[in-house]
Amino acid sequence: MPTREEIYQKVQAALVDALGVDEEEVTPEATLVGDLGAESIDFLDIVFRLEKAFDIKIPQNELVPQDILTNAQYVKDGRLTPEGLSALQQRIPFVDLSKFAENPVVQDFPNVMTVGDICRYVQMKLGVD
Amino acid sequence: MRWFWIDRFVEFECGRLAKAIKNISLAEEYLQDHFPGYPVMPATLIIEGAAQTGGLLVAQCSDFREKVVLAKVSSARFYAEAVPGDTLTYTATIEALQKDGASVQVLVHRGEELLAQLELMFAHLDGEFANKILFRPKTLLFWLRALGTFQVGRLPDGNPLPEPDWMRQAEATEAD
Repeated sequence: MPTREEIYQKVQAALVDALGVDEEEVTPEATLVGDLGAESIDFLDIVFRLEKAFDIKIPQNELVPQDILTNAQYVKDGRLTPEGLSALQQRIPFVDLSKFAENPVVQDFPNVMTVGDICRYVQMKLGVD
Repeated sequence: MRWFWIDRFVEFECGRLAKAIKNISLAEEYLQDHFPGYPVMPATLIIEGAAQTGGLLVAQCSDFREKVVLAKVSSARFYAEAVPGDTLTYTATIEALQKDGASVQVLVHRGEELLAQLELMFAHLDGEFANKILFRPKTLLFWLRALGTFQVGRLPDGNPLPEPDWMRQAEATEAD
């Protein structure tokens, strides 16, 4: 079982390759979109690289729950409803949504996820405490 | 001019690997300008050939129903120039495939020599593009036949790759 540090290093390497950024830029607090410039296709690239690096399977919508973010039942006037927020939090417990919850505009969601969130996701998948 | 940057498939193992060749001829128009007196195939067109090889391999996984587009060149390394008289061999291998798209590695060889190494990402168009037509089925079928896809294509069980029924039906009903 890899340690948290080993997970961090592999996540960092995956992001450096997928996003063409420098290692120093990939800090735990860096957001994938805002700080590292990730675009939508990059998320699929990141998913493939994580699958390879950790020998895991990442089903569609597990890391970025597009199904919730585009579900008319959960979105009203471009914002997530309280039910939508709760469904989202349940699905991605590895992301701290407290700030996003203050003004949950769906369009802003891509800018929420950080490098640390990705590491917590991998830890969760691998059962690392 | 048709936007064909590979000449023929020489191997096509569905869901896994496709190998295509491209013969570079001095008669190709772009070589007159790239560069005058020093003809070299532009690296961007080598990437296009790689994308056509990999893109058709990925498209076959959905029986050519998904709209597969090159979404990202994750990495591209070139080790030598490709010049008239060269035969390039593009070997595309699917590294990962999901509902949203695929990641493909392409090696470009001239004989035994490795000329370029590419990592490409393909996306399946959906959402607002779902109803857009990239290729008419008839056009795509013509292209696949011209490339010899069904002559060399093999399904995972080793049987020959047949022409997709839905494309043949569309061809029969589509006007010229």
